[in-house]
Amino acid sequence: MTDVLDFSASSLQMAIASGETTARRAVDATFDRMRDVGAGRDGLNILLYQDRHDALTRAVECDADASEQRTRPLNGVPVVVKDNIATSVMPTSCGSKILDGYVSPFAATAIRKLTDAGAIIVAKSNMDEFAMGSSTEHSAFGPAKNPLSHDRVPGGSSGGSAAAVAAGITRIALGSETGGSVRQPAAFCGVVGVKPTYGRVSRFGLVAFASSLDHIGVVGRTVDDAAIGLETISGHDPLDSTSAVEPVPSFRDAAHGGLTGIVIGKPKEYFPDDLDPRIRERCDAALDRLRSLGADVRDVSLPHTKLAIEVYYIIAPAEASSNLARFDGVRYGCRVEGDGLGAMYEATRSNGFGPEVTRRILLGTYVLSAGYYDAYYRKAQQVRGLIAHDFAKVFSSGVHLLFTPTTPTTAFPLGSKADPYEMYLSDIFTVTANLAGVPAMSIPIGRIDGLPVGGQFIASHFDERQMFVAAYALERALGAAALQ
Amino acid sequence: MSISIDDVHHIARLARLGVTDERAESLVRELNTILTHMDVLSRVDTSGAQPVSGVGAAGLPLRADVGPQIPLDRAREDFAPKMKDGFFLVPRLSTHEDAQES
Repeated sequence: MTDVLDFSASSLQMAIASGETTARRAVDATFDRMRDVGAGRDGLNILLYQDRHDALTRAVECDADASEQRTRPLNGVPVVVKDNIATSVMPTSCGSKILDGYVSPFAATAIRKLTDAGAIIVAKSNMDEFAMGSSTEHSAFGPAKNPLSHDRVPGGSSGGSAAAVAAGITRIALGSETGGSVRQPAAFCGVVGVKPTYGRVSRFGLVAFASSLDHIGVVGRTVDDAAIGLETISGHDPLDSTSAVEPVPSFRDAAHGGLTGIVIGKPKEYFPDDLDPRIRERCDAALDRLRSLGADVRDVSLPHTKLAIEVYYIIAPAEASSNLARFDGVRYGCRVEGDGLGAMYEATRSNGFGPEVTRRILLGTYVLSAGYYDAYYRKAQQVRGLIAHDFAKVFSSGVHLLFTPTTPTTAFPLGSKADPYEMYLSDIFTVTANLAGVPAMSIPIGRIDGLPVGGQFIASHFDERQMFVAAYALERALGAAALQ
Repeated sequence: MSISIDDVHHIARLARLGVTDERAESLVRELNTILTHMDVLSRVDTSGAQPVSGVGAAGLPLRADVGPQIPLDRAREDFAPKMKDGFFLVPRLSTHEDAQES
């Protein structure tokens, strides 16, 4: 009999439906796995909250002998959720002291869609505080560790979600992205990470960091796990005015698609002269596979890519400085009393926010302040337009997809990036997709010294299906090569 | 453009963040290092480029001027620190101390 943790998300659902196994067994095995790998705060620190009792209650419902229940697409499938996506059972603390112990009175739309599909939320995962970071070292609850190499970071800010999937705890985890926070940790942990088009997935219940850049994304052990997860949470939501009224195609059907006639662009700006030659070699090998599958690979240019980090680190902190104003001890946040209202605000916020969040709030306040708005914020918005135009131009020239490395390095050692700007450069190949709102995903394409390397597909707005066609095909073609 | 210690204290006040003098000095260095990298944008020709504030396909849709019902899983009384006659009680704006008496 197959070990219940070896089932893919869809095969677990089928095994439960057929009676081969039960949701209860799946939940028990999931919590046993958490214990065995040391996923909690005194171990890898990838999970902040777990609720076995609630998960088992849900499992009993999933195992009920009602055919309608059992045909739900994720019936009985355990899922881990990033700590900034609202759940009404476990806390939602955003990896921050200011929200320590906060339990949302409502669940995010993505969570409702998952549970309506039968998924069982088993844990909330560690993250950089308010999703500000690229390593999950900026969590108020301590750094998370990469399950493949315990002295290295899992990436961030959705490092706990990617690590949970890499550690074999669940097949699917939800993360969030503002500049690559699903794809970068997925690459560092050797799993699949997908960021949909802006508007494809409702942001209702995702604690806002930078609203024009925030996305909910999915981590999957395989492309198929990611596809079924994204398919489940996609779709218009009246509770999010930026959610798009667009039909959601079956991403899993993309498994049957081919690459003949598909044009894949190789943007030269993502393969700079100083790129690690071993990462370049893995990407070139993946592109050779895509060619052998019938794709036409062309050199293309996205000339404003080199400005993306600067644009991102003006716009994201600016939006964050506004969004995080609500954590004042009145509307949200653990109140710290002071001498008067202003002092209470200051005491609450200074006590509750960590150094990276404080730095970004101050940076954002500065670039929005009188005298600097035009020089920084307005200028960054204009260059953001140029970056988005680069993508529109290349996709209107007959290119269906782009292929790039996901990250410039493999997972780096814990504590090795003390300079904030050096840390920001970890996102250099991922932030552009957030700035332009286009979908992108990372899949494992090989290893360097045992550490995973991610390859990234980027598609045009609402063409996730094309991205999945290529990802399914490349995953099949690479097979075991993705693990070497 | 570079940021001074007075600027740090000014923006900290705007952001409602208390910053010690020692922390302000390190923030001057950290923020100036970051802003130095941002200066590259000043050399980009953006004449004719429109500022982009979002990337939604068709902008925000109009809707009726009533908010949608948020599906709460718990009653308001269960998560509000204080309520009175169906309203949330918050600290009084003029004097925080008075709010504790209300």
